[in-house]
Amino acid sequence: MDVKASDGVAHPSEHDPDERGHFGRYGGRFVPEALIAALDELSVFYQKARADPDFLDELDRLQRDYTGRPSPLTDVPKLGEHAGGARILLKREDLNHTGSHKINNVLGQALLTKRMGKKRVIAETGAGQHGVATATACALLGLECVVYMGEVDTERQALNVARMRLLGATVIPVKTGSRTLKDAINEALRDWVTNVDETHYLLGTVAGPHPFPAMVRDFHRVIGMEARAQVLERVGRLPDAVAACVGGGSNAIGIFHAFIDDPGVRLVGFEPGGDGVETGRHGATLSEGSPGALHGAMSYLLQDEDGQTAESHSISAGLDYPGVGPEHALLKDLGRAEYTPVTDAEAMEAFALLCRTEGIIPAIESAHAIAGALRLGRELGPDAVILVNLSGRGDKDVDTAARWFGMIEGESAAEASGTAIAESDLSRGPTQDEPSPAGADTGAVQR
Amino acid sequence: MSAVEDLFAGTRAEGRAALVGYLPAGYPSVDGSVELLSAMVEGGCDLLEIGVPYSDPVMDGPTIQAAADTALRAGFRLRDVFTVVERVAAAGGRAMVMTYYNPVLRYGVDAFARDFASAGGLGLITPDLIPDEADEWLAASDAHGLDRTFLVAPSSSEERIESTARASRGFLYATSTMGVTGARDAVASAAPELVERCRRHTALAIGVGLGVRSAAQAAEVASFADGVIVGSAFVTAAERAGARGVRDLAAELAAGARGGATVGA
Repeated sequence: MDVKASDGVAHPSEHDPDERGHFGRYGGRFVPEALIAALDELSVFYQKARADPDFLDELDRLQRDYTGRPSPLTDVPKLGEHAGGARILLKREDLNHTGSHKINNVLGQALLTKRMGKKRVIAETGAGQHGVATATACALLGLECVVYMGEVDTERQALNVARMRLLGATVIPVKTGSRTLKDAINEALRDWVTNVDETHYLLGTVAGPHPFPAMVRDFHRVIGMEARAQVLERVGRLPDAVAACVGGGSNAIGIFHAFIDDPGVRLVGFEPGGDGVETGRHGATLSEGSPGALHGAMSYLLQDEDGQTAESHSISAGLDYPGVGPEHALLKDLGRAEYTPVTDAEAMEAFALLCRTEGIIPAIESAHAIAGALRLGRELGPDAVILVNLSGRGDKDVDTAARWFGMIEGESAAEASGTAIAESDLSRGPTQDEPSPAGADTGAVQR
Repeated sequence: MSAVEDLFAGTRAEGRAALVGYLPAGYPSVDGSVELLSAMVEGGCDLLEIGVPYSDPVMDGPTIQAAADTALRAGFRLRDVFTVVERVAAAGGRAMVMTYYNPVLRYGVDAFARDFASAGGLGLITPDLIPDEADEWLAASDAHGLDRTFLVAPSSSEERIESTARASRGFLYATSTMGVTGARDAVASAAPELVERCRRHTALAIGVGLGVRSAAQAAEVASFADGVIVGSAFVTAAERAGARGVRDLAAELAAGARGGATVGA
């Protein structure tokens, strides 16, 4: 396989937005004028860097020696048995350094930050994966790092808060609004507009104002480029479908992009269905939302009839976001990609199944894609080949999962609320030695 | 000449700056906001900037965020802004609305312009809409005879000041500092320079906002700008002393805007 990590950066996509960042009617820049100069500067530095062999070599070196790219492709036949016998292949972004795909974008933007001569980096984070990746890159490259994280998320992802702090980052819990990812982005934007001269906002997904959606996508295109070559080599043909979870949409666009011009390959994004879209407690932006402007771009969003952003809900902090990247909005309208919700319960069922059948603990975000692959397999049958982006690993979610499945002594699953647990609870360990109720056979434990 | 341009021509002729006062519609309730805004006019505000409470106000600091939140919790609906504008206009106030773009988009840009104009509103101030993305609003504001104020910042290039001023009508909003709304102790040194740069590109009146809270600061801004824009300080005054508080603050700031720098802050 001769895919270089920098290929998605060096070779402009056929599906770039227009020069002002519009993907059809979506994208653009819906931000205060004060940020336009910084966005223009970022665009210029990015365009220069992607044509500079030194930048590309440095990115390749880090992606190989630090991240561990290329990430492997894993056949998971036992999981496939639960998916109508389909052949499921996992793109193992969970094995990247820091535990998710987020590092691809972070290394690229951190290198750009150095080139721009800025010394301070701010970032938002939901599950903490982007925050951890950013804190890591800042430690590596000697940059000051401040991470904004919704207070709710700092509680349900306490492990990642500790990781960021160990890496030298300052984590600021955001107490406004819904106290989740959306509000962390608001706060990061306020910081940026105030400190833009010396600060780079290292946005963690394919949303936000131009050039972020296209640039962040380019740093993640390596996922799909590698996976396409790996599947062709392994299977001898392209997959029938590519599955990914979609919150902001960065891992999904990263893997989808290499297949956009392959009309025989279905691209399916699985959104957080929360308690079920019929309850109104979900984060299924593309499935249930409508066009509007949020956080700097026109895209789909969850909003009420007055244009106030609705609160999203998901067991997965990384998907708990009422917006989505603008290129996904276009792919949806064009019918090139499909987007469909997966409930918390269905995602957790898939989470448990992957743990037990294949010995892989996925991030709860990625478990949505696994659940989607199970559905696709049952639909497409045993001859199908399904490529899944396993975008992150589940170490950070062990607490949430243990609660969900009632594995913590003194707490019933019904009480599980995703809040942080005390250390004494952790030290007691699991309560059951018998096979837990966690599994597809026994059905998901209800909250 | 548009209504807002006319207003600034008047204050210029009087050799003073206009005082532009901000409060969110629906804060602390729809009726309460009408009362507060009317008190601001009585105190000496020449132009009202009525805010639309929004869930994600990225240009606003904690004071205005909290006020918007109060309004939303009290049940503010977007259509209430037309009621507030209508009642304030009927009481003699001249009103623009400051709104993030998404509520306007959701309502329908042309429908919003139509209903806002028929309520007696003069124009919109759009903190997260730049002219580059504003085709629909440019058309709607032309169709319904509304003014449109876009913002410039210390970081704006000459080209952007030029294009932003060209797209604006009524007045141009110069943000005095890089940052979000909120009262500050000193007017940023970037403000006079930014206003001077704007003057090279436009004959429009230039209002300066972000961080002004005292008569002395108002006087300072009045010495180089056409309008003194005050927001967070009015919210704080309303919190502390209701209509009387905002009336007193308006009177104090209006004296400053007249050049009465000796009035104590």
